[in-house]
Amino acid sequence: MAKVAPPEELSRVDYTPPKKGWIDKPAELKEGRWCYGSKPKDHEVVGLPNPRAWSPGDEDWKLPDNWQEIFLDGLRERLDKFRTFRIFMDICVRCGACSDKCHFFIGSGDPKNMPVLRAELLRSIYRGEFTTAGKILGKVAGGRKLTYDVFKELFYYFFQCTECRRCSLFCPYGIDTAEITIIGRELLNLLGCNIDWIMGPVANCYRTGNHLGIQPHAYHSMLEFFCEEIEEITGILPEPSFNRKGAEILFITPSGDVFADPGTFTAMGYLMLFHYLEGMGLDITWSTYASEGGNFGFFTSHEMMKRLNSKMYAEAKRLGVKWILGGECGHMWRVCNQYMDTMNGPADFLEVPKSPLTGTVFENAQSHKMVHICEFTADLIKHGKLNLDPSRNDPYKVTFHDSCNTSRGMGFFEEPRYILNNICNDFHDMPINTIREQTFCCGSGSGLNTDEIMDLRMRGALPRANALQHVHDKHGVNLMSCICAIDRATLQALVDYWIPEVEVSGIHELLGNALILEGEKKRTMNLRGEEFPWVEEEEEEAAEEAALEVNLEAAEAEAEEVAAEAAEEAVEETAEETVEEAAEEEAEVEK
Amino acid sequence: MSLEEFLLEKKSAILKRWFDSILETYPSDTKQFLRTKKDRFENPVAHRISSGIEGIFSQILNDAKVEDASPFLDKVIRIRAVQDFPPSQALAFIFDLKRLVREAVVGDTREGQLSEELWRLEQKIDEMGLLALDIYTKCREEIYELRVNEVKRSVGRLIERANMICGVPEKEEDPEVCSTDNLT
Repeated sequence: MAKVAPPEELSRVDYTPPKKGWIDKPAELKEGRWCYGSKPKDHEVVGLPNPRAWSPGDEDWKLPDNWQEIFLDGLRERLDKFRTFRIFMDICVRCGACSDKCHFFIGSGDPKNMPVLRAELLRSIYRGEFTTAGKILGKVAGGRKLTYDVFKELFYYFFQCTECRRCSLFCPYGIDTAEITIIGRELLNLLGCNIDWIMGPVANCYRTGNHLGIQPHAYHSMLEFFCEEIEEITGILPEPSFNRKGAEILFITPSGDVFADPGTFTAMGYLMLFHYLEGMGLDITWSTYASEGGNFGFFTSHEMMKRLNSKMYAEAKRLGVKWILGGECGHMWRVCNQYMDTMNGPADFLEVPKSPLTGTVFENAQSHKMVHICEFTADLIKHGKLNLDPSRNDPYKVTFHDSCNTSRGMGFFEEPRYILNNICNDFHDMPINTIREQTFCCGSGSGLNTDEIMDLRMRGALPRANALQHVHDKHGVNLMSCICAIDRATLQALVDYWIPEVEVSGIHELLGNALILEGEKKRTMNLRGEEFPWVEEEEEEAAEEAALEVNLEAAEAEAEEVAAEAAEEAVEETAEETVEEAAEEEAEVEK
Repeated sequence: MSLEEFLLEKKSAILKRWFDSILETYPSDTKQFLRTKKDRFENPVAHRISSGIEGIFSQILNDAKVEDASPFLDKVIRIRAVQDFPPSQALAFIFDLKRLVREAVVGDTREGQLSEELWRLEQKIDEMGLLALDIYTKCREEIYELRVNEVKRSVGRLIERANMICGVPEKEEDPEVCSTDNLT
């Protein structure tokens, strides 16, 4: 009879993962962790290589025969082209300062999500294929060869990085791990390995101007629809203009604001703000061609980013505007503020942005000529140009999620908070090491806002959710505001899973609630069409008062009736008495 | 001495071992981070796990109903449901408590007195295991719901605007309005 281990021993399953160096441990590509592969039609539209139907779950990724040569040539080219990239490949001392700063590592516990190790995936190939020490000593010198499994591992982990740059904030050498991911994704692109959620929007954006591929008439129609909703709420119908030549300002916002909730409510906020200001001299137009502020080319390659971005200046030039105003967006803002001028400039046909309402010159936008709407609105409030009733946002206890690109990428901290403190009465920041430049990513940026990796996104979202939970417990926060379209779309899933009591909004949605339009009717609901909680109370009070009035009237009427009856009775009695008396008198006379 | 008193006495030692045994399920580099990083906002996983198991343990000590442990179980399971664990491994930590309590009792001079109560405690932990299964399943269902809801939200307004939603009309409407032909 076979020897059976005692029950205690049988029940003690050792779950400890085996101790192995990361190089020796091949990546296991798990479903639900990788995004769907890009479609051939989208490659063809923009001319990207290797269009074919494939899935990261397949054994064979249908790479060209000389795939290693293509990859290594691409790597060599980028090492020569980008000095920063070469330095980042050489300089890391693996101190580990960045290792526990990534939201994906914090939430998942997968060591290959440590920024240092994610970068090391590519750095090891650089060493193994390009440096003498690495070529000779291999693993001892931290080098390895580019194999099929290694290539798959690169894909797996470079699409588990949101390019949020939190890690780079803590690197003593200033290594920007996001840039390594950017280059890594470019190299994957050379072999046609991108994800559907990025390539679909890229192809759509290239053909129709926005991620969903919405044509101009549908874009126009959606905004008209919002205007009708605004009319229902306020009694005022905004009349925005589209593609209007000669306007002073061109407004460009992420298409998510126009099509996806809750961004749509933010778009309503923009429309209301522009309507309010038009009477004061704002001359602004929307464009149905430059109908996308976002740029998924940024998550594909530098060249693709440039191609998709070019429509902004082109449309500004076509319409003859003086400057560009940008909606609430994160990566759009980084692309516009930091790359656009270099890529598609000089924008010498535009003027340095100057607010027509306050006269403020936006010196920070001298070169690229584009202003973020939060800068614009904060300036309006500062100059007392907006008539606001923050109490309309009283149902909300608000916090603010700093988007990675606007905050860490740009130092954009105060404007959104300044606006919030003027449009709502109850604002609470999350803990200091989770906001501003140390902000935690939503877990879905850089094209990872797709639903097939929801597990991964929820792990990445945990650090943000945990900080939000804190202010929810401590202050009763029930609304997380943000200034990024991807955030607005994806934070909703985050709160639904981690803290269902909280909602997500853009800042201009709250501004739309608070803004008092001239001639508006009494507001009874917010931009979401939700009735203010005090409306019911007011209605009840009014009903009670009305009922009281009716009762009083009824009581008065009754009293009058009673009095009349009494008087009548009295008259009758008197009459009867008189008759009786007369009869008596008559009888006496007769006697 | 009751088991309750015994567990109260050994509470911190058992909780520490329980926490350590959960950390054992993570790779060694991660384990080190989870153990050493003390800031609750920079290390939410460890924070939630430790406060979750403390809550579960207190519920056991207070002889509360099994269902009362639900929020604490949720705290831990909600994380493990989205990490790289198969369901059995995600929930194994609950049953591990039986071993830890047994190990604390074995060799103690009061072992004999506690055996009856120990049996009842283990039964309670088993019941918690079943409750944990419910919570785990709920978390997974929520993930699928999130996926569906997100897709709906992303194009919902557009479909509404384009009259492509085929709900029950208020009045008699032209059937063509409900057509989805325009989608293609």
